[in-house]
Amino acid sequence: MEPVTTVEGRAYPFGMKNVDTDIIIPAEWLKTISRTGLGKGAFEALRKEPGNVFDDPRYAGAPIIVAGDNFGCGSSREHAAWALIDMGVKAVIAPSFSDIFSGNAFKNGILTVVLPQEAVDRLLEVAKTDTISIDLEHQTVTTPYQDRFTFEIDPFRKSCLLGGLDEIGLTMAQGDTIGAFEARDAQTRPWLVPAAA
Amino acid sequence: MTKARTLYEKIWDAHVVEKRDDGTCLVYIDRHLVHEVTSPQAFEGLRLAGRKVRRPDLTLAVPDHNVPTTARVDAQGQRIPIVNKESAQQLAALERNAPEFGIRYFGATDINQGIVHVVGPEQGFTLPGMTLVCGDSHTAAHGALGALAFGIGTSEVEHVLATQTLLLKPSKTLSIEVEGELGFGVTAKDVILAIIGRIGTAGGTGHVMEFRGSTFRAMSIESRLTVSNMAIEGGARSGLFAPDEKTFEYIKGRPMAPQGADWDRAVEYWRTLVTDEGAVFDKHVRLDAADIAPTVTWGTSPEDVVPITGAVPDPESFADPSKREAAAKSLAYMGLTAGQRMEDVPVEHIFIGSCTNSRIEDLRAAAAVLDGRKIADGIKQALVVPGSGLVKRQAEDEGLDRIFVEAGFEWREPGCSMCLGMNPDRVPSGERCASTSNRNFMGRQGPGARTHLVSPVMAAAAAIKGRFADVRDLMVNERA
Repeated sequence: MEPVTTVEGRAYPFGMKNVDTDIIIPAEWLKTISRTGLGKGAFEALRKEPGNVFDDPRYAGAPIIVAGDNFGCGSSREHAAWALIDMGVKAVIAPSFSDIFSGNAFKNGILTVVLPQEAVDRLLEVAKTDTISIDLEHQTVTTPYQDRFTFEIDPFRKSCLLGGLDEIGLTMAQGDTIGAFEARDAQTRPWLVPAAA
Repeated sequence: MTKARTLYEKIWDAHVVEKRDDGTCLVYIDRHLVHEVTSPQAFEGLRLAGRKVRRPDLTLAVPDHNVPTTARVDAQGQRIPIVNKESAQQLAALERNAPEFGIRYFGATDINQGIVHVVGPEQGFTLPGMTLVCGDSHTAAHGALGALAFGIGTSEVEHVLATQTLLLKPSKTLSIEVEGELGFGVTAKDVILAIIGRIGTAGGTGHVMEFRGSTFRAMSIESRLTVSNMAIEGGARSGLFAPDEKTFEYIKGRPMAPQGADWDRAVEYWRTLVTDEGAVFDKHVRLDAADIAPTVTWGTSPEDVVPITGAVPDPESFADPSKREAAAKSLAYMGLTAGQRMEDVPVEHIFIGSCTNSRIEDLRAAAAVLDGRKIADGIKQALVVPGSGLVKRQAEDEGLDRIFVEAGFEWREPGCSMCLGMNPDRVPSGERCASTSNRNFMGRQGPGARTHLVSPVMAAAAAIKGRFADVRDLMVNERA
């Protein structure tokens, strides 16, 4: 994974609450066996509405989405994260995220920045005219108007993002620890392996 | 004395392989269900890195989301090809990946095939006290048997395939307590919809729900599966029921369940899987069973619930301005007006199925309402889709298929079907569906589709009346 340090640029002033993963990428697009090309299906239903932010030329190619509460609720489809990446989005700022979506975003190097509603409201205003800057190292979101918001992020996730680490490779390096757990477990839970049908 | 722990804490503690300084834990995964939609990229990742599946023996693959529910073999017993090329390609990928990585696989024409969340419990693959994952958010369902079960994304699917573990932080705990006897015509589906209506779709975010109280204790395992299935609709990645005698009885003798001495040891352990007296939950919600009525959703979020006797709410009645705006948008999308009585809303499509409500008890309940009746003239399509080949066979043995077909329903092959607009079963744009599935999101059942979530008996009632109807008016109240 590519390391993530800062995300800077225009932001879609989206603001919608409870954006579910069916809105981000409808099921029709889940038939792919690849991770790419999903940007075309991103927010497909909303893009049919005239004046939607995603087709507004002011925000074309913006790397940030500013959204409402509970972003990414619903299904576990990682296609939602892949669709955002494919449309050029590298960070989403919202008051809260669904657990599964924020995990999927992280695994794909998308920053999910949690800020209070007041800060999000301010960024929704700024986004209409100016750029927004996210600094992962210092955990800040800033605007050209001297706004400066700090955000919390899980330290493990932060280090993985900054270092562009391969989580599977890291865990596989602990194969012996996992093997020891399995050996112990085989004694205490001999019923672990399902019977052959 | 050891600290009093919740059921969640007990299962969690038993699976921590390693705890890191920042609180992140490497957690062992006992069971992994794999389906065709969220796995191809994970297998591809393994192949590219030259990695194997660590525990194929703990993994089970079943296609469900993308399989058509029309006949799969012709009169000569030959497989009927899938028309949609992309769907066919995705299904072929799983059929290829499972044997390549040594994973047990139930193909589309296997009697054991079905929706992953129906198949797991049915086969005895899902067991109490286990950690179980699947690349699907409705994995929460398996918590009905006392398994810590949750949905994961494709990167996590790959991580589990390669390492049989996940890196996780512990969740908070949310006690959902419902007490009392459910009213006539009120089902497990109405209970979970009422809970989501109360706490909202983000109410359980960051939490694992434990369903407690006499109402849940009285429920069958299949009803518990319906409840736990929709924990995710309340924001919680997992739901949990403490396993009890009903659970053990349900599991005993299933094909993949422990046998002999292993069974006895397992049950002995499972009996310890209860929340200790004095254990502390982070949050509590309490509902009275008596307050829950047969329920219908009116909007585009599962929290938008109303009793069948109620009306479409006025967006202006919501205090929160963003909720007002969302409600107005929902009503426009759903083609409803504020104040409209739910019983006056006509329906064109009926869907009985999905991982929420496609088990034998669901089909029996719907068939009991439909027996000797016909669907209304205004119904364009009524589908009943059993959750697995085994459910289908049992229903046919009981003659339920004839009741459905005589009423005007189509009797289909198992799969996710009309729950999500992916396979050929969809609701056309602008048309309305009474659906026993779990999500009423915009476009969920197809672009422009209008979904109302209901229980199987309420779906049957809507089919007969051609509009939403109070099933209590169509049932014989044996308690009365």
